[in-house]
Parts: sequence; structure tokens; C-alpha cells
Amino acid sequence: MDKNRHLQRQLDMKRSLLDQGYLDEQFIQLEELQDDDNPDFVEETVTTFYNNSARFLQNIEHTLGDCPIDFPKLDNYMHHFKGSSSSIGATRVKNECTRFIEYCQAANAQGCVRTFLQVKQEHAILKAKLETYFQMAKSRIAAGAPSLCRSKNTSFAEFASYRKYKLFRKSDIVYRYLK
Amino acid sequence: MESGFSSPRNDSFPAGLRVLVVDDDPTWLKILEKMLKKCSYEVTTCGLARDALNLLREKKDGYDIVISDVNMPDMDGFKLLEHVGLEMDLPVIMMSVDGETSRVMKGVQHGACDYLLKPIRMKELRNIWQHVFRKKIHEIRDIESHDSFEGIQISRNLSDLSDDGHMFGREDLSSGKKRKDFENKHDDRDFGDNSSTKKHRVVWSVDLHQKFVKAVNQIGFDKVGPKKILDLMNVPWLTRENVASHLQKYRLYLSRLQKESDLKASFGGFKHSDLPLKDPAGSFGLQSSINTNQDDGAKGRYQFSGNNLFGQAVDIKNHEGDLKGIVSEPRPDNKTSLTPDVPDPQETSSTQMSFDHSFALGSEVKYAAFDCSIPAQYSWSETPEINFKQENKPVLQLEDGFSQLPPHAPQHHIQIDPLHSVQSITSGLSLTGRNTSGAIKVEPLYAEYKSAHVSHASPKESAIDMLPVQSKSHIIDNHSFEANSTAISSMKPQGFSLSCITDFESCHRNLISASDSTFAPFNEELTVCWLPGDFHSKNFGLPNFTDYNDPGFISEIPAHLYDALTADYECPFDQTEYTLVDQGLFIA
Repeated sequence: MDKNRHLQRQLDMKRSLLDQGYLDEQFIQLEELQDDDNPDFVEETVTTFYNNSARFLQNIEHTLGDCPIDFPKLDNYMHHFKGSSSSIGATRVKNECTRFIEYCQAANAQGCVRTFLQVKQEHAILKAKLETYFQMAKSRIAAGAPSLCRSKNTSFAEFASYRKYKLFRKSDIVYRYLK
Repeated sequence: MESGFSSPRNDSFPAGLRVLVVDDDPTWLKILEKMLKKCSYEVTTCGLARDALNLLREKKDGYDIVISDVNMPDMDGFKLLEHVGLEMDLPVIMMSVDGETSRVMKGVQHGACDYLLKPIRMKELRNIWQHVFRKKIHEIRDIESHDSFEGIQISRNLSDLSDDGHMFGREDLSSGKKRKDFENKHDDRDFGDNSSTKKHRVVWSVDLHQKFVKAVNQIGFDKVGPKKILDLMNVPWLTRENVASHLQKYRLYLSRLQKESDLKASFGGFKHSDLPLKDPAGSFGLQSSINTNQDDGAKGRYQFSGNNLFGQAVDIKNHEGDLKGIVSEPRPDNKTSLTPDVPDPQETSSTQMSFDHSFALGSEVKYAAFDCSIPAQYSWSETPEINFKQENKPVLQLEDGFSQLPPHAPQHHIQIDPLHSVQSITSGLSLTGRNTSGAIKVEPLYAEYKSAHVSHASPKESAIDMLPVQSKSHIIDNHSFEANSTAISSMKPQGFSLSCITDFESCHRNLISASDSTFAPFNEELTVCWLPGDFHSKNFGLPNFTDYNDPGFISEIPAHLYDALTADYECPFDQTEYTLVDQGLFIA
């Protein structure tokens, strides 16, 4: 029961993230890719993304602080960042990136700075939500679901027990385990 | 969901397709690798375009398809696309988050089989095998159109394969088989009318491409035409159509280089010839040796030779990976005065030619690279003069990056005609430039070097050899430096040429001898030895010797060279036999 509740909460959260547009189809794809060989695939991917994106954000911030602003460079950075955020299905982040690029191409410094704040905000919000999400999986597993995955080090401390999450996809098996 | 992915477990095509994925974003690399594995493909990932090209070159038949991102830091995705198309003729799929029509069109123009938009779906990747299959079908059709027998054979093979479902599972076999069939045909001339009518899938190997470039250079880029090229190439089994399509690709490539070189040429305004770097490289016969891989930009630098080098440049580029050690990838910090040709080093990985790094001077390097690497390949004589001039400039830049002058043993051989020597000199200079910090601003004195230098050069070589004995590393540095200085000092055309040559050679020598990468001294020696009098620069070389062993020498040399320059070094060494060992000589 307890496990069911955990599972249900997790599913609900995912549903809400999708509905609210924080995540999209791509995230589902990633989850589908997860299997026994890579039980923590989604978590690892998200971690890789956040590690790299932090660097990009820093670069963009520095470039925005330059005088005069190098718009082509910003455009380049943001394109990379946008591509990266599309990899995990971070829709809102991606949309803000698109707006930023538009301002950049119009050489609108004010617009760029404003939009960049939005990008950072969405980026941080999503990170928090995903952490919670993975935390749920972890707690669900801790609540008693048998660990099916080998332990892997993930950069997110909160994702430590996320490995059990892979059960989530195989709902039949999950329920079986939960019993 | 997953079951769907894991279904193709049997050996039927397209399972086992060998895919090379190139993307600078590690998140995407991870995801794509996972997705492709789910499709039962064999995946290799790569974060840099250069690494990808190296991988492809190492294993010519090792991959069936390449998937590459458009925006990459070290090399433009379109450039990579061209390279793969020219050298390996593999299907390439581009991907990007940017789906603008203009970009997609550019991709298709450059030869991409497909253009995917990120985020990429699993189902899109599952169908990439169709591009591989389509290419093979076309090959068969080509064959069939000309030789029904062969075509039948091939199609029979194919159908057999597909029947077994092993066709692609054994890509190596089938593709290798196809290739072998083709090659056999080539060899046997079974086609019947092979020389002109046989039309099979032509694999533009490095050698073939070099021949092509050479032919184009000989004709002159402006007057080039498929028929002329075909005649010059003298390859029996090649058809006019093959040449025409390859020429089209080549032109596209060159025009791109041209643009890049234009940008780079802003330094030295060298735009010699419109020919993209390729030309210079080409003429030098650097083929393959020069692979100055430096990115294309560098190649453009080679433009200097525009004159004849034309074809070669291509080789250089293509053979980026090929230059073993000779690779003069002049790591031109670009700006290198040589601008004319050398610019490349930037991208080129020093791997190729130890040279290129050493030459650092971008342009110089190039030359040097050419000279050095191309051990005796230079046929430059023709353009060299022009080039040299330009080179001279870069030479000064030597500082740029010689750090690596790998001992170019072959360089000595560069002996290259005086013209070349000039180049070499410049390159040598560039090498030294590294060390010397470019004090030397070699001016395009070379303009005049006469062939007389060449003869001198030879003696130098011997002299140079001596140097290596001394202190390899230092020598090189010194040489390079010297070379520079000589180059500079030799402002006089003739002296210059000689010195250049000597420098160059010395540079080479240094490179060779000085595995340490401090080639500076090398150049000097060269100049020293042979310039009988003219070379003031030569003198430089000598002084360098003494210092060779002293790493600090290199930096000192520049100043010293300057002195020499101003001092009017009447060339202490009149005799070509100037033993390099005489280091203390002149330092002016």
C-alpha cells in the first residue's frame, strides 16, 4: 500500500510535469530507453545535462556582461543550450531559449537580458522539480520495492536510490514487486 | 515500448549497422548512443569532428553511416560532411536544433542524405538504414547500366544477402565485397570498355584524389574541365562523369575554403590565389604528406601558391590525417604573417605533422610544412616566389607556435627548389618564431630567390645534418629561429631565398633532429650552411648553433637576429660548407 502510494505519487507528479509543459515527449522517450542495462539512464542523462548546462549559462552570462555584447557568440551559445535542453525534454526552458535567440538576432540587449533571466529561472525550477521526482522514486524504492538496479553514482545526491525507478516503467512488474 | 525496440535481435539487416555519431553535446551523445543501441546498431560516439575524421580514415570500411551535428566547436558540421563525402563517400545525416529552411538546404547542398531536427525520436533513427541501402542500390544500378553482367552479379549478391538477411548484418562483407568487385573490375578491366564506358561506383581514395588535384592544378583551376582532368589523370577505369561529379564537390569545398581564407587572409592580405589552400598544398606535392590538417582555414592559407599549388591543397586537406609527421600543419596562429598559406594550424591537430606545430606560424608553417613534410615533393618552384613572399611575413610570426616542430627529417630533403626553400624558410621561421617569439619579421623578401638557392640548399642540407647532431632540440629551435632571422635579415631577395631555403631545411632538420620540438636552431643551420655569402640570414643560423643547446637561446636569437639584420651580416658564411657547427659564428 505504501509502495503503491509512492508509485502513484510519482506517476501523478510526472503527469503534472507533462501537463504543465515542464517536460515533454522526449522525457517519456528517455524513460522508455531505460532498461536493465541502464537502470539509471534518465537520472544520469538529466545529471549530465545539468552539469553541462551550468557551464553554458555561465558563458552566456559573461558574454552578456561584455560591452559591446557579442550577439553572434550569444546566439551560438544559446543554440547549443537549446539543443541540450531539448535532449531531456525541458520544454519551458527550450521555449525561453527560442525567445532569447529571437532577441539576440534582433540585437536587442535588453530583451536578451530579460529573457535570459527567464531561462535561468525555468532551468532552476525544472531542476528542483526533477529532483523531487527522483526523490519520490527513491523513497518508493526505500519503502520496500526490491532493488533491481545496481548502484550507480549519480551526481545528484538526491538521486541516490533512484535506481529503483526503473521499475516504474514496467508497471506490471512493479505491482508485482509492490505486493 | 521497449519490446518494440528490442525486437530486431536476429541478424537481418539493418541490425548491426555501424554508425558513427559526432556531436559536441555529451547529453545528446549519450541519448543517441542508447537509442541506436536499442535499434541494434553498432554505435561509436565522438565528441569532436577531428576525432571523427581520424576514426573514419583509420578504418576506411569501418562504418556504414555517419550522423553529425551541425554546430560543433572545432569544425563546422558542413565541412565534416564535405570531407566525408569526398574521402569516404559514406551517407551522412545532419542533425540540429535549428530547422530553418536555409540550413536544411545548405545541408542537402553539401551532400547530406538527411537532416534531422532535435529532439530526435527513436523512430527517426530506426529508419536511417534506408540511406545505406539506397546508396548500395545506386551503386549496383550504376554497374548494371554499364555492365549487365556485373550488375547481375552484384544484384545477385545483394539479393542473396538480403535473402539471408545477412546483407547488412555483414556489412563488411557486402560492402567489402562490392568494393572488391569494383576493384577487381578495375584491375582486370573486365568491363570491356572500361576506360570510358565502365561506370561503377568510384571510391575516391586518397591517391586518386591527389591525382585529381594534381591534374586540376596543372590545368589551372579556371580552365578546368572534366575531360581535361580525366585525360591528365590517366586513370583508365575512371569516367568523365565520375570526374565531373567529383569536381563539383571539390569546387564546393574550395569555395568554402576560399571564404575562410579570405577571412584569414585579412591578416596578411595574402590572398594569392583564389585557390583555397588546397592549391598551395597541392602543388607542393605535399599530397598526403602535407595534410596540414589544420582546418580548412589553414588550407586557405596555402592559397599563396594559388598558382600551382592548387590541386595540392586539396590533398592537404584531405590528407590531414595522412601526413605523418610531415604534416606541416602549420599551426598558424593564423595571423601569421604568412597568411598566404599558412593559416591553418589553428585547427589542425598537431598530430599530423609534427611540423605544423612547430611552424606555428600558420602560414609559415604551411610552407614549412610543405617543405618539410613533403620531403622533396615540392615542385613549387613555380609559385614559390610569390608564395614566399608571403611566407616571409608569416615567418616572423614564428613565434606562433612552433613549439612543436617535430623533427622533420624529411624536411631536409626539402631541398626544394629555391622557391620552396623560401617557403621552408618561412616555415622554418615560423618554427623558430615559436621560440624566438617572432622577432623576426621576415619580409617577403623571398620574392626573388632564385633557383640558385636551390643549389645552395643542397649543401645546406648536409650542413643541416650536422646540426641534428648537435643538439637536436635546440637546434631546431634555433634553427627555426634562425630561419626566421635569416629570413628576415635576408630581406634581400636572393639571400633570402637561400636563407629561406636553408632555414627551411634547417627547420626541417631541426624538426627531425630536434624531436624535442625546439627547432629553432635548425633553421639557422640551414641558412648558414649554404648561403654562400648571400645569406645574411645564414649567419643567423650559425649563431644559433651555439645556442642551440641552450633553450633560452631561442628567445635570444631573435634579438640576435635582429642585430644581424641590422648589422648587415654580409653573410659570414660564404662558403656553403659553412659548418653549422660553427655556432658562434656570426650571430651578427
